[in-house]
Amino acid sequence: MSATAWAWLVLLFPLLGSIVIGLSFKLIPAKVAGVIGTLSIALAFACGLGALFTLLGEDPEARHHASSLWDYANAGGLDIKLGIYVDALSIFMVLVVTGVSTLIHLYSYGYMQSDQGYHRFFSYLNFFVFSMLTLVLAGNFVLLVVGWAFVGFASYALISFWYRRTTATRAGMKAFVINVVGDIGLVLAAFLIFQQLGTFDYGPAFEKAPEVFSTNEWTITAICLLLLVGAFAKSAQLPFHTWLPDAMEGPTPVSSLIHAATMVTAGVYLIARTHVFFELSPTAADIAAFVGLATLLVAGTIALVMTDLKRAIAYSTMSQIGYMIMGVSIGAYSAGLFHLMTHAFFKALLFMAAGSIIAAMANNQNIDKMSGFGKAMRFTSITFLCGALALAAFPLTSGFFSKDEILAFAEARGGMYLIFTVLGYVGALITAIYTFRLVFRVLPGRPCKEAQELIDSGHVAHEAPTNPATGEAEDTDVGYPGADHHIAEQSWPMRAAMSVLAFLALIGGLIQVPGVDDVLEKWLDPVFENSPYLEIHPSLEADYIGLTIGGVISIIGIYIAYLIYVKHPGLTARMIERMRPAYTLFANKWYFDEIIDLLIVRPALAIGRFANRVFERFVVDGLVTGTEETVRGAGGVVKAVQNGFVRSYALLLVAGFAGLALYFLISSS
Amino acid sequence: MAIEWYIVLSSLLFATGAVGILIRRSPMVILLCLELMLNAGNLALVAFSRMVGNEEGQVFAIVVMVVAACEVVIGLGLIVAIFRRKLPLNVDDLRELRG
Amino acid sequence: MEEVLFFLSAIGALGGAIGVVAMRNPFYSVLALIVHLFSLAALFLLLTSAFVAAAQVVVYAGAVMVLYVFVVAYVGGGGESAWEPIPLQRFLAPALAVALFVELSIAVLASSLRALGGDGPEVSAGFGNPESIGTLLLEKFLLPFEAASIMLLLAAVGAIVLAGRRREAEAS
Repeated sequence: MSATAWAWLVLLFPLLGSIVIGLSFKLIPAKVAGVIGTLSIALAFACGLGALFTLLGEDPEARHHASSLWDYANAGGLDIKLGIYVDALSIFMVLVVTGVSTLIHLYSYGYMQSDQGYHRFFSYLNFFVFSMLTLVLAGNFVLLVVGWAFVGFASYALISFWYRRTTATRAGMKAFVINVVGDIGLVLAAFLIFQQLGTFDYGPAFEKAPEVFSTNEWTITAICLLLLVGAFAKSAQLPFHTWLPDAMEGPTPVSSLIHAATMVTAGVYLIARTHVFFELSPTAADIAAFVGLATLLVAGTIALVMTDLKRAIAYSTMSQIGYMIMGVSIGAYSAGLFHLMTHAFFKALLFMAAGSIIAAMANNQNIDKMSGFGKAMRFTSITFLCGALALAAFPLTSGFFSKDEILAFAEARGGMYLIFTVLGYVGALITAIYTFRLVFRVLPGRPCKEAQELIDSGHVAHEAPTNPATGEAEDTDVGYPGADHHIAEQSWPMRAAMSVLAFLALIGGLIQVPGVDDVLEKWLDPVFENSPYLEIHPSLEADYIGLTIGGVISIIGIYIAYLIYVKHPGLTARMIERMRPAYTLFANKWYFDEIIDLLIVRPALAIGRFANRVFERFVVDGLVTGTEETVRGAGGVVKAVQNGFVRSYALLLVAGFAGLALYFLISSS
Repeated sequence: MAIEWYIVLSSLLFATGAVGILIRRSPMVILLCLELMLNAGNLALVAFSRMVGNEEGQVFAIVVMVVAACEVVIGLGLIVAIFRRKLPLNVDDLRELRG
Repeated sequence: MEEVLFFLSAIGALGGAIGVVAMRNPFYSVLALIVHLFSLAALFLLLTSAFVAAAQVVVYAGAVMVLYVFVVAYVGGGGESAWEPIPLQRFLAPALAVALFVELSIAVLASSLRALGGDGPEVSAGFGNPESIGTLLLEKFLLPFEAASIMLLLAAVGAIVLAGRRREAEAS
């Protein structure tokens, strides 16, 4: 079978899964829904593998195919097809997405077991995977926008999955609104692309672009900046990032899949896919790189002081995506995508382990209340540690190789880009510190009461669920997990998924060890064949120096965390006292929420109020009521004629007749 | 006499009948004024028939007389029915149909 | 001679008409109408329409007016109050009627129909007598004739329905 046929199958299975589960939710038991959901993604993964092997059998130069099912619109110069584009990049993304999704579906099979909305969950999750695959496989900008929007919807549906929680619905709306802002940027970019290049399809567009645009011409810069708006909104980069921490209101598998491994990486994929445009507009590419760098650092500092476990990991995600965006913007395409893949492994794993811990804590996510889980939950702790090591780029883990490759490339590019290398290493240090802050807070030490309960009786603690943010009681009828929480130790699907990811997190980097093998680079390079950055290769020494520095920094960071959080417990409080302004800034998330509220939300609300009070009341109502009053008045006048008196009717008759006769007399004279 | 005299007389009688209908309130008298108008029409018809020279106008006048008779019958029946029900015999007081 | 007869009949007709409109007592209005009808019959005779004149006297003045007399006797004649509920009716009605008369007169007198100014053509001796009317009725105007008879039937039935006594207690 051809690669495109495999690709269509990849799209088909999740869609079918979503529809089947969605329509039959009353008919099939919950477990069956879970099986269908997981199987459909597994099948998609298998088809992805099929496409991979088909492509491998072809010449590297020829590994790009477009295929379309039918035409959407074919008039007035528009030629939009339902078409996909299969090449090394899209199959890479397909495999990452479906692979990690299968594992997360498996995890959810166990984790969401006592949830009332089990069917709905799997249907939404399958739909999300379908949308993400559409986004990744799309062959023209229109289908890309379609996939983009679907993914945004799926994210909204899954964030507000427990829809009776006000915090969840608010978070869902916030995510959706910010996503729409990104969608607008993307759509405008698509319009501009069509206007300038005359086509929406990838192949022709990328071929024509270098001929139509000269470097840094304002049109191509505008296109790139609009694409960046979309990418940043989806990938939670500054200043569009405020939705991601709130998105942790969704169930943990959702955070794991959407907000760690797949959806938030869509921005990275977008920049990589449209690299031709970004190479034509180095200004925009540099802006993207700096935004990535800024996000990296800001998110890292916030993660240092965040006390909510899931939100801390969310900020870590934001920070790592900053690395990826930085990577693909400065031209380190395969390095950035490599980091995307390894990040998917260890971040999904971290969220899964965090989910297990939070379940043991009866859904309390505050790390100040957690300790001693190392003894209480062996398996979860080990996997958590694996993920943390990879995140901190501990030597020989997957994160180690991927992160350093980006920084080595920046150094090889030289000049201004050394800033990225230096600050990238600073960010790596911060990453190591905050990651192991979490590890040392939660795992070692005297077991907290929930952990103790687990050790003593093997019994997961639970109390009447209340929403910690608002204090209102949770509605367990709708689906917020009731009294039953599921931890990895007691659920084999969860353990299976986490084991695979732990394994990958640890050894996944070995496919791209500098000087030893470069599997990924060989695979992805033909996609970027016309890029000038392909020539830039860090020398082997530079690579190894970079790796060494990275490893050393990682170990130093872990040691610092050890000192602060294990050796000298009171140190944190004293540091906070000493650096109170910095602490306040970080703890308040650099006041982004407040700034956006001031600059955007309040004016919008004010405009709305104005429109309601003034415009609606006087202009619109005035018009409508005015018309009504006029008509009623006219009616009233005419109504006076019908007074019921026969004689007045007769009078009118005679008057009319007299008038008519007069008219005829005059007209005939 | 020239025919136009008859026609002018007819229109005068017609106008008088019209005034009567508009001014009087008793249904009886209104019906009588209606008769006036019909007769004025008859006069005009017969005059024109004389002017043209054939009797078709007179046939028309006879049919009008039949119509007038029928209408009087129904009108008087109505008046009797109203009187029976002890309603005021006053056109102004019978005005249910109004806007 | 003809003019004298004409003017006498005209005055009678007009007087009757004004009497119908002006009299307070409905009974007197009926009587005025009878005078009017007789004058009209005279005018018809002047127009050599003998049959129509006879029909006028027999049918109209004879039958229809008798009917009126009966009903007026049954119903009684009430006076009407002086107050006019409809504003301007007392003023507009005569004004409009005068306007109507004037317009019709202008239409007639200024008409380009030359024949109006003359006496009409010479007619044979049997003009307007029952034989010629009857021939027309039964030959050329058969359909209106039959339709008229049906209408008479309808009117009779209608009158019975309207004025007949109800079996149930009468509305009080």
